[in-house]
Amino acid sequence: MPLVYAGVASHAPGITGRAELADPEPRDAFYAAYQAMRDAIEATEPDALVIVAAEHFANFFMNNMPSFAVGMADSYTGPIEDPEWLGIDKFEAPGNRDLSQRLITEVMNTVDVAYAEEWKFDHGIAVPLHFLTPRFDLPVIPININCQGPPLAPLPRAWALGEALRRAADAVPERIALVGTGGISHWPATPDSGKINEEWDREFLRRWCDGDRESLLDYDDQAVYAEAGQGGFEIRTFITVSGAAAGAQGEVHFYHPIPIFAVGCTVASYRL
Amino acid sequence: MSLYYVQKFLYELNRDENLQSAYHQDRLAAVTPYQLTEEEIGALTGPDIGLLYHLGVNGQILMHFAALHQIAWADYLQLMRDGIEEHGPVREGVYAMTGYEGTDAHAQRLQSHPPQPNDQE
Repeated sequence: MPLVYAGVASHAPGITGRAELADPEPRDAFYAAYQAMRDAIEATEPDALVIVAAEHFANFFMNNMPSFAVGMADSYTGPIEDPEWLGIDKFEAPGNRDLSQRLITEVMNTVDVAYAEEWKFDHGIAVPLHFLTPRFDLPVIPININCQGPPLAPLPRAWALGEALRRAADAVPERIALVGTGGISHWPATPDSGKINEEWDREFLRRWCDGDRESLLDYDDQAVYAEAGQGGFEIRTFITVSGAAAGAQGEVHFYHPIPIFAVGCTVASYRL
Repeated sequence: MSLYYVQKFLYELNRDENLQSAYHQDRLAAVTPYQLTEEEIGALTGPDIGLLYHLGVNGQILMHFAALHQIAWADYLQLMRDGIEEHGPVREGVYAMTGYEGTDAHAQRLQSHPPQPNDQE
């Protein structure tokens, strides 16, 4: 079936872990936008949620770091973080090993990916799932892009991954919803945590909505690091969704910097 | 200097509840199998969050270590700032790779020359 949904959303741990410290007005509006995203995804009656994330050394480390990895298991656990710290209880999320294998097999015709039959979700996936499938009743297929430990995959490879995912999703009979999750500008877990470059974010989101390959790939990591922080490397997840959306027009449903969440909180989707 | 092994210890500690128990019982014994300098051992067993940040530990690993020690978020951020103040800019790793100059200097530079939306173009 053709891809039924493509969107992006933020995943910072403070979104759930430091909720009580945030300004209630933008926080609740952000939560409402996340709820609307859940409703939109459910309306497409998906068989699986493919979530493209940027995990944070929960499963992958510099002893054997894949640029891209795809989960291939029938269930996953999380969160790896202390549940009280993250504000999310321990959970088991369903997967679909067979579907994963078919998607991976197709993707690998053009993009090399590692696969993982074991995966402990950290906040990078646990936070989106908390909002999008809180009953953990929708099979999840996790995909990780290394956005933490350079050298990182060049941006055109992130786009190519998205193209490969679209081709793979269109080729299977299941209805696939795709969500990318990452920060835009942010300096997470550093002394600069809370700094957000809103202008940079809005320009990036403008390009993301246009879905234009050339302008989205016109960033280099050194400039991203200087202006958007090391968290800005996670634009790869957004770009992968753009590659999958194949030129569709995007819409930002919510964007607002929430410093205690350490990110410009975002919910956006493409009109497929 | 073995940033790789400092981070590897923390990576494994963050994932492994058995290692967490061992660390809580005897911090020095828990870090001994890793190839670490005296400075690194001191930072991990203290713990010294500021020194670990100065040494280059990625914050995505370090924040979990701080949580393990029940260090509140605001205190965690301040400990890293204090570490930069006391020890100087980050020595190596992702925060040093483009010459990150430390929190205060970085903030001042951003204020004096705010990035423009089209800087990348």
